[in-house]
Amino acid sequence: MSTLTKSESGTAPKAGSAFLSVHDLQVRFRTEDGIVKAVNNLTFDLEKGKTLGIVGESGSGKSVSNLAVMGLHNPRNTTIEGSITLDGQDLLRASQKDLEKLRGNKMAMIFQDALAALSPYYTIGRQIAEPFMKHTGASKKEGRDRAIEMLRRVGIPQPQTRVDDFPHQFSGGMRQRAMIAMALVCDPELLIADEPTTALDVTVQAQIVDLLKDLQQESGTSIIFITHDLGVIREIADDVLVMYAGRAVERGTMREVLKSSQHPYGWGLLSSIPRINASVDIPLMPIPGTPPSLLNPPAGCAFNPRCAYRELVPGDKCETERPPLAPANGHLSACHLTDEQKQSILTEQILPRLSS
Amino acid sequence: MSAEQTSLTKAKETPAASGSPLLEVTGLTKHFPVMGGFPFKRQVGAVQAVDNVSFTVGAGESLGLVGESGCGKSTTGRLVTRLYEPTSGSIKYLGQDITHAGRKELAPIRSEIQMIFQDPYSSLNPRHTVGTIITNPMEINGINPPGGRDARAKELLEIVGLNPEHFNRFPHEFSGGQRQRIGVARALALNPKLIVADEPVSALDVSIQAQVVNLLQGLQRELGIAFVFIAHDLSIVRHFSQRVAVMYLGKVVEIADRDSLYSSPRHPYTHALLSAAPDADPDNAAAERIRLTGDVPSPLNPPSGCRFRTRCWKAQEKCATEEPPLIQLAGNAEGHLTACHFPEDGSSKPVGASSVPKARDAAELKPKAAKAEGTPKAEGTPKAAKAGAKAEGKAEAEGKTEGKAEGKAEAEGKTEGKAEAKTDAKADAKAKGEKSED
Repeated sequence: MSTLTKSESGTAPKAGSAFLSVHDLQVRFRTEDGIVKAVNNLTFDLEKGKTLGIVGESGSGKSVSNLAVMGLHNPRNTTIEGSITLDGQDLLRASQKDLEKLRGNKMAMIFQDALAALSPYYTIGRQIAEPFMKHTGASKKEGRDRAIEMLRRVGIPQPQTRVDDFPHQFSGGMRQRAMIAMALVCDPELLIADEPTTALDVTVQAQIVDLLKDLQQESGTSIIFITHDLGVIREIADDVLVMYAGRAVERGTMREVLKSSQHPYGWGLLSSIPRINASVDIPLMPIPGTPPSLLNPPAGCAFNPRCAYRELVPGDKCETERPPLAPANGHLSACHLTDEQKQSILTEQILPRLSS
Repeated sequence: MSAEQTSLTKAKETPAASGSPLLEVTGLTKHFPVMGGFPFKRQVGAVQAVDNVSFTVGAGESLGLVGESGCGKSTTGRLVTRLYEPTSGSIKYLGQDITHAGRKELAPIRSEIQMIFQDPYSSLNPRHTVGTIITNPMEINGINPPGGRDARAKELLEIVGLNPEHFNRFPHEFSGGQRQRIGVARALALNPKLIVADEPVSALDVSIQAQVVNLLQGLQRELGIAFVFIAHDLSIVRHFSQRVAVMYLGKVVEIADRDSLYSSPRHPYTHALLSAAPDADPDNAAAERIRLTGDVPSPLNPPSGCRFRTRCWKAQEKCATEEPPLIQLAGNAEGHLTACHFPEDGSSKPVGASSVPKARDAAELKPKAAKAEGTPKAEGTPKAAKAGAKAEGKAEAEGKTEGKAEGKAEAEGKTEGKAEAKTDAKADAKAKGEKSED
């Protein structure tokens, strides 16, 4: 389905196949309390026209890694290492000026809270037209026409009049649409959607997911879709990256990760969400404990304090040695359990619980 | 942290009154006035947050309230706890009318109806220790448990799965899930009979949500506490509540037992909500997605007749002129009430159907024009046996009392008409400007 499954173990062969290639990305923040290792050794590729879903809890580094792709971190207190290559261009070595040419043009981002991301002072139309005018040198009139066209494309009724409205006059779903219009105004080749549906109702969420899928089909945009909702992942993603405590713990196609997860954290996520058609008499199986602090992450596997299968690994390997992201039964997972153990836990304990 | 079950066993006696409901809400209405005008402020309109809502909650039962944001579910919760003063209607707690009860009258009842709030960050006082937060309600209500309040607070901390040694810590030292547990302990401090939980898990991380849901479920089972569980997540409500009420724009559009509602929804809105809920299993083909277009209309100026008609694919002229009463439709299980002129034929089971594995790739089937087809085709005939989910489906379809439903319809219709006339008179051109109130 994609290069994600093939390109493996450290050196990813990114000979033109991948549109976006993130390799060994590290993001560190200097804070008063010490250095926060927000993202560690993150590697992934994204092909043109594909969607990568990134799943993880708050603080797992999913937003931070994508802000790094966009070059939106404050360089004063952030150290970014590794490499991020977009269409052959190294984004980490690029100058601010070059990045400015890319942002909003070749790559664009949709934020979670549309009301906070839109300026209350300018009309929707002006905010949509601004990147278009800046990147293409279009006139105000052309910018306005383009804004109307974009609003129509994202399904806002009466775009000719709504273009002059302010963000507060829009409802939550419409604001999110307006922000999608703003992100897509220059036909970007990479769209990063950071929890675009989390604050929305299910019905509106379904509308937005459909809209993104349609737009992707029209324009062949690559999408990185960040969410914590596995149901949404199933709707939109081709490939899935599961993050925990700043690291990728599992990576594979959507079907592989949701149907035959190979990591205890993935199992925990799958069995802790109630299913709308599962038996209600079976209690949910929560993941015990809480996500670790990134100031002082646990040694070894970061998930080990919450892991239910720690005893199955001989010795104290989980506490001392960090498992590499290695192929296991078809896709990548970072866990010390042997392939046979994972497969037997999956088929004997996890799947029966999910399908009951 | 998940070892909450152990100390729960010392349950107090479950409320015995099984005959009369614990909470009885009839025709509950809350209109927030909108003031305007110069120089003298006068009422120019009203946000009809909750309009003629009726339901009952039995002792030890859990009623789920579901709906989109702005549908009035939180307002209903706050009316029940009497944090708001109802505009009209009545709330009866154990037979006692508390609709407009005064402060003194309410005092003994307040301790029996407790609330858990959505945001565990803003609902705990940052300047109080956990101990103070939990003992305060006891102090105010003059409750002196044997062994002292502090001992009781520590016991409660243990019940909700926190370390009793955290008694002297401040809320900021805890994570979101732990704070929500503190909120639960505070609600339990007065031995309530009814807890109104207003989106207790939606602010929490996925892996933590299940911890809190399991905790609340354990409490409900062991202590026999009744819950009004407010949420927008249909799968969590289904997991938690025996009965579910679906709200839309201040009205209950459908209320039923869990099994009946999820397996054979009759109201188009319920159907659409269920079909929009994302499912994490790639093998469950999303059989037919019903796409609702547009947004919830403003409660300042709700549509006439059926409030859902502006987004409904079945709407006809009748829907605009006549408000559908909340009645038991033919073919529905006992207690399954629906407010719709042209109900779905409950036989097409969107939930059960979606558990049928489809051969086609999930990504391909997205019949967007599902709106166009009048009735959803019953394409999910039970093929492969994923028995568990489906068995509950059809069983209770039969067994209704026609005559009763009829009579009720008339009664409802009358009151509805009255309310309608009132709201029409009030509806103001002013409302048009504020399209996006929610």
